[in-house]
Amino acid sequence: MELARGHVLVCGGTGCTSSGSNNIIEQFEKSLAEKGLQDEIKVVRTGCFGLCALGPIVIVYPEGAFYSLVTPEDVPEIVEEHLLKGRIVKRLLYKETVVDDDNIKSLNEVDFYKKQQRIALVNCGVINPESIDEYIAFGGYSALGKVLSEMKPQDVIDEIKESGLRGRGGGGFPTGLKWQFTANAQGDKKYVACNADEGDPGAFMDRSILEGDPHSLIEAMAIAAYAVGADEGYVYIRAEYPIAVNRLRIAIEQAKEYGLLGKNIFDSGFNFELDIRLGAGAFVCGEETALMTSIEGHRGEPRPRPPFPAVKGLFGKPTLLNNVETYANITAIINNGAEWFKTIGTESSKGTKVFAVGGKINNTGLVEIPMGTTLREIVYEIGGGIPNGKKFKAAQTGGPSGGCIPANLIDTPIDYDSLISIGSMMGSGGLIVMDEDTCMVDIAKFFLEFTVDESCGKCAPCRIGTKRLLEILNKITSGNDTLEDIDRLEQLCYSIKNAALCGLGQTAPNPILSTLKYFRDEYVAHVVDKKCPAGVCKALLSYVIEPDKCKGCSLCAKKCPVGAIEGVVKNPFTIDTSKCIKCGVCMDSCKFGAISKR
Amino acid sequence: MKSLAELEQIRKQTLAKVNLRKEDDDSIRVVVGMATCGIAAGARPVMKAIMDEIEKRNISNCYVTQTGCIGLCRLEPIVEVYLPGSEKITYVKMDADKAAKIVNETIVNGKVVNEYTIGAAKEN
Repeated sequence: MELARGHVLVCGGTGCTSSGSNNIIEQFEKSLAEKGLQDEIKVVRTGCFGLCALGPIVIVYPEGAFYSLVTPEDVPEIVEEHLLKGRIVKRLLYKETVVDDDNIKSLNEVDFYKKQQRIALVNCGVINPESIDEYIAFGGYSALGKVLSEMKPQDVIDEIKESGLRGRGGGGFPTGLKWQFTANAQGDKKYVACNADEGDPGAFMDRSILEGDPHSLIEAMAIAAYAVGADEGYVYIRAEYPIAVNRLRIAIEQAKEYGLLGKNIFDSGFNFELDIRLGAGAFVCGEETALMTSIEGHRGEPRPRPPFPAVKGLFGKPTLLNNVETYANITAIINNGAEWFKTIGTESSKGTKVFAVGGKINNTGLVEIPMGTTLREIVYEIGGGIPNGKKFKAAQTGGPSGGCIPANLIDTPIDYDSLISIGSMMGSGGLIVMDEDTCMVDIAKFFLEFTVDESCGKCAPCRIGTKRLLEILNKITSGNDTLEDIDRLEQLCYSIKNAALCGLGQTAPNPILSTLKYFRDEYVAHVVDKKCPAGVCKALLSYVIEPDKCKGCSLCAKKCPVGAIEGVVKNPFTIDTSKCIKCGVCMDSCKFGAISKR
Repeated sequence: MKSLAELEQIRKQTLAKVNLRKEDDDSIRVVVGMATCGIAAGARPVMKAIMDEIEKRNISNCYVTQTGCIGLCRLEPIVEVYLPGSEKITYVKMDADKAAKIVNETIVNGKVVNEYTIGAAKEN
């Protein structure tokens, strides 16, 4: 790598890649060559910066200019003005960073980043994930060096225990204890494994870490292997993450080349091999026993626990299995010490948590916050509030295994125990924000459709039970149900929770239970009044033209795809509800706001 | 990788090349005037010389940036050096050799090369 006077960092995460960041990189290289700047300015493809809503994002150093929503057409201007003449292109700057004509704010002072604290994502968007040298320059592999040269395996485990780190995959089991169990287990051969089978709809934390900082995972897994006495590791990652898989492959190759994987690492006698296993995208394979069954080459189905993986895991050997984000915290704990880590977060939940924030929110993207931050801070300060001035209704954490947090609990601090106590869960980190236009029954139905699809079918409570739950929900949203159905729904939820074999089935009813807990009145409105209060469930809606507002322009009648609207021009039109398919085109097209749904 | 020293060596070598991405106020900032007047007077070879010298000496606490016309076109190429905690030093009528010298004197040793400064030029 040559010394360059300026670095152009272009986000190469999946979000920005799909909005065209590859074309931007090409255009930068072309424009820089035209101006003869190719040796002075270095273009770096990084991991996710987090502010996906404003992608593609480009940051130019040393000025730290943060350009958002960049198009390839903007690139020649940035090169000509900023990189050649030293004048920042103000119109493309992220508006939050602009103070006045002459000054820009540091990113750390912008609302979106101000409340964040980056531990797991520390290198994401800063380094080139395909360069091991850059990772090392930012302190990489020093934790592994320290562990192998100064610490005994038990010292490492004690440090992790002391830090209070808990599993970031959702369950929140104390990581140090898990390491201890695996270390204590008897066996001639042990494994470490990483769960990168992120399957929750809307969650992309693990993907972003793998795309932005793959070496941090490799380093942490090597540390874990040393601590528990393993010499072989697997990363189980879904094949739908091609960018992440590719970068991890490159990183493993580089680490092997540098002797940071393989035999006798740091001349300590410690050996560690790491391999990738691709998952075919089954949600159940994120469950630990199903994941290991899949790595072994069998169909991904869970098995009963105990024995737990720490005792009998991969190929029947003791296995340590952690989530990507859990591993991403390890090097920071080793480098800075458990005492430092303990200062962040709450009494029972230490450190930070990464959330993929999506749904009805202005700043969709990736955020890392200290535990104990409230949902209000995430939604209104970091997330920038709800679009179009709508009201916040609820947020779903934990995806299809979690539950919703209603508006009256928006000041709940986000940590493992607070979330459990209000009937939700931390989950792996998906956070879906819903506004007043969201029907909670419909949301529960959405998640149940997902679990019905993803149930592996091994145990009856999950295979048959979730299907029955979905049928009842469909009945409710189509208006063909009774109040007894709601009771039956609730009862079945508890039966499934108690009887299902693995985490998928045991948590599948959670979206229903938590919406029933906080939004039972909406269920009742569907059943008794045959109305959907949010106006989402089509079977319970009818579109009506208000005669006093209708000018008789006939636009709606022309747009209606089924010819359900009739009338005489300049007189109020009417909708024939027997023909209407409730597509809503008429409402969108009316210029006078005369059509409403009821 | 056989030792921590080996790792440290890679870290140091690469750090010089990436540390302009760190938000760190202790860095020395070198600003080259790169408006039309500066470029016409030869600012580009000056900047190239500064970059080469920094790379050769593996200086990690310094970054080079450019700026527009500061209004003293007759004294271009102009190079400003911001040492942390002290006033900026403005060097004028630079060329590649002079540039290499200020890297050695000012950036490495923290000394001002009086003969190249704007003060010296005005007296002539």
